[in-house]
Amino acid sequence: MSDPLTAALAAWLFPAVNQSAALALQGGLAGVGETVFGALLWVLEQWYWLMDWAHYLTGLEMLNPRYRYMQRAVLVGLCIGVMAPLIGTFLVHRQLALIGDALAHTAFAGVAVGLFLNAVIDLGVSPYLTAVVVAMIAALFIELISETTDAYNDVSMAIVLSTGFALGTTLISINAGGLAVGVNQFLFGSLSTVSPQSAGILLALFAVIVGTVALTRNQLLYVTFDETAAAVSGISVNWYNRVMVMLTAMVVVGAMQIMGVILVAAMLVVPVAGATQVSRSFTESIVVSVVLAELAVLLGIGVAYYGGVTAGGVIVLVAVGIYVCAVAVGKLQSVRGEAETPEMGSIETDGVEADAGARGD
Amino acid sequence: MSANETDPAARASAASDAGAGDPVIDLSGVTFGYTATPVVEDVSLTVDSGEYVAVVGPNGSGKSTLMRLMLGLIGPDAGAARLFGEDAGRFDDGERVGYVAQQATAAEEMPITVREVVKMGRFPYVAVGNLPGGDAGVVGGLFDDPVGTARRTANAVSGRLTAGDWRIVDDALATVGMSAFADRRIGQLSGGQRQRVFIARALAGEADLLVLDEPTVGVDAESVDAFYDLLDALNAAGITVLLIEHDLSAVVEHADRVVCLNREVYFDGPADEFVESDALARAFGAGARFLAGGGE
Repeated sequence: MSDPLTAALAAWLFPAVNQSAALALQGGLAGVGETVFGALLWVLEQWYWLMDWAHYLTGLEMLNPRYRYMQRAVLVGLCIGVMAPLIGTFLVHRQLALIGDALAHTAFAGVAVGLFLNAVIDLGVSPYLTAVVVAMIAALFIELISETTDAYNDVSMAIVLSTGFALGTTLISINAGGLAVGVNQFLFGSLSTVSPQSAGILLALFAVIVGTVALTRNQLLYVTFDETAAAVSGISVNWYNRVMVMLTAMVVVGAMQIMGVILVAAMLVVPVAGATQVSRSFTESIVVSVVLAELAVLLGIGVAYYGGVTAGGVIVLVAVGIYVCAVAVGKLQSVRGEAETPEMGSIETDGVEADAGARGD
Repeated sequence: MSANETDPAARASAASDAGAGDPVIDLSGVTFGYTATPVVEDVSLTVDSGEYVAVVGPNGSGKSTLMRLMLGLIGPDAGAARLFGEDAGRFDDGERVGYVAQQATAAEEMPITVREVVKMGRFPYVAVGNLPGGDAGVVGGLFDDPVGTARRTANAVSGRLTAGDWRIVDDALATVGMSAFADRRIGQLSGGQRQRVFIARALAGEADLLVLDEPTVGVDAESVDAFYDLLDALNAAGITVLLIEHDLSAVVEHADRVVCLNREVYFDGPADEFVESDALARAFGAGARFLAGGGE
C-alpha cells in the first residue's frame, strides 16, 4: 500500500488484524475450500476434454484448446443460462424483476470490498467471494427493510442499490489507481476474466442454486402464486422470501463475470418475459426460459468472440431479439386459442358427500 | 371426491380425531390494531365443525383483519385465537384450512395451468420437511408399511406428487366442474371460474375448514349463484365454511349464522334473526337496509 492515507484508514478499520492473523485466516479459508475446489477443478478438466472434442468435431475456432478461457466462458455461459431464468421465473412473477439490478450493484460493492481488503491487508481472497457475501447480506437487508418498515419492495431495493453503489465507489476512490482498472472488468464483464478459480466458484454456486430450487420448488411456487394462501397452508413465507433473494444474489455474482454488473439483471428477466408469452404452464415456462437463455448466451458469446465486441451487451441484445419474437408468437397463440373454449362442467356434489363421509366428520 | 389411498388422508383423519370436540375457530376477547386505535376490539367468537358462518360489516369494519387473526397470520394484541384447538399462530396443520381470496395477486399474468394451481393443495403432503410416518415417525412407519413408507418418504424429499395425489387433484377439479379447463392458463378464466379453481385447491388439500375472503367480488351474477351452490354442497358434505362477505343478500340466503362486525361484534346468530334485528342499522348506519330480493 503506497498511499499513506489508505494505510492510515486501514490501520483504523482493522486495528486487530496483523500480518500473522491475515495469514492464518487465509490458511483457514484455503483449507476449507481445498477439497471442494479440487473437485470443481476436476469437473473443469473434464469440460476442457469435452470442448476439445467439440472443437475436433466442429472445427469452431473459439473452442480451440489454445483458448481455455473461451472454453471456460462457454461453461459459465451455459450455467448462467440455467440458473438465471430458473430464479428469474419466480422473481418476475412476484413482480421483483428489478431486484437483480439492486443486488448487482451491491455485488459491485462486494467486489470493491474484496479488492480493497486484498490491497489493505493482503487477504488474497477472490473478489467474487466477497461479492457473494456482500450481495447475500444486501439481499437479506432488502427483505428486512420490507418486513420491518412495511415499505414497498421497490423502495427497499432502491435503498440497497444506492447504498451498494455508494459503498463501491467510495472504496474505489479511497484506493484510486490500483482498483479502478480492476473494477472495469466487473462493471462490463469480459470473456477473458473467467479464470479457473472464477469458473470453480460459479460451478459451486450453480450446484447450490439448482439443488435448493429442486428441493424447495413447491414452496417457492406457492409463495410466488399466492402468498397468503401459502402462509395459511403452513409455509413460512418470510423464510422462503429470504431463500429466494439469497439465491438471486448468488446468480447475480455468478453471471457478473461475463455479463458485468450493469447488464446482469437482464438474464434474470428477459428470457423469463419471453417464455411467459409462449408458455401455458409454469413448468413449461421454466423450460422455455432456460432454452431461450441458453440460445442468447451461446449466440452472444459466439458473436462476441468473432466480432470482437463485449459479450454482456451482445447476449442481452440477442435475448431482447428473442423476446420480441416470443411476443409475436404469443399473440398468434392467443388469437388461435380464443376460438376454442370448453364448456364448464356441472358441480359434482355427490362426490363431495362421498369424500366427507370418508373423512369421518 | 373419492376416498384416496394416500397416507395424508389418514393423517388428516387422525388429526381431525385428535381435535374432536374442539371448536374449529375460537376467538376469546381478541383485540388488534395496526396503530394505537384497534381495528378489532374484544371479539369473542366460536365456530364449530360443520357450521356455515358469514362475517359481514361495512368497509373498514375489520372483517379481513379478523380473518387474518383467526388464521394466525397476525397475532392479537390482547386475547387468544385458537384454530382446531391450537394457538392459531403456531398452528401447523395448514392442509386442514383452505383459503380463497378475492383473487391471487399473480394469477392474471403468470403462465400456470388450472391443474398446477389445484396441485398446490397437495404441497403440504409432499413438501420437504413433511415426511410421512404419523405418530410412529418415519422409522416406525417402515415397520408397518416398509414399501409404502419408503416410497412416500422419497416423494416427500423429492417434492413429487404420487399417482394418488394426482387422482385427488383431478377429483377436486371434477367436483367444481372444471375438468375441461385443467390445462388452461388460469389467466384465461373468468372471475367465477377462477374462484372455482381455488375451491378445488382447497378440496385437493382435503381441508376441513374453508375460509373465503369476499370471493365473489368482480364475479358475474350467474357465476355467483353457481359459486354459492357449490359452497352449500361442500358445507352439506361436512366442511366448515367461514365466509367474509359484503353481499348481505347472499349471506342471508346461504349462511346458517351471521356475525355482524364493525370493530366489535354487533350481532352473532342465525341468518333469519339477523334480518329481523337492528344490527344492520347499528353496524352499517341508519340508512342501511336489505333490498327486495337482496343487496344492502
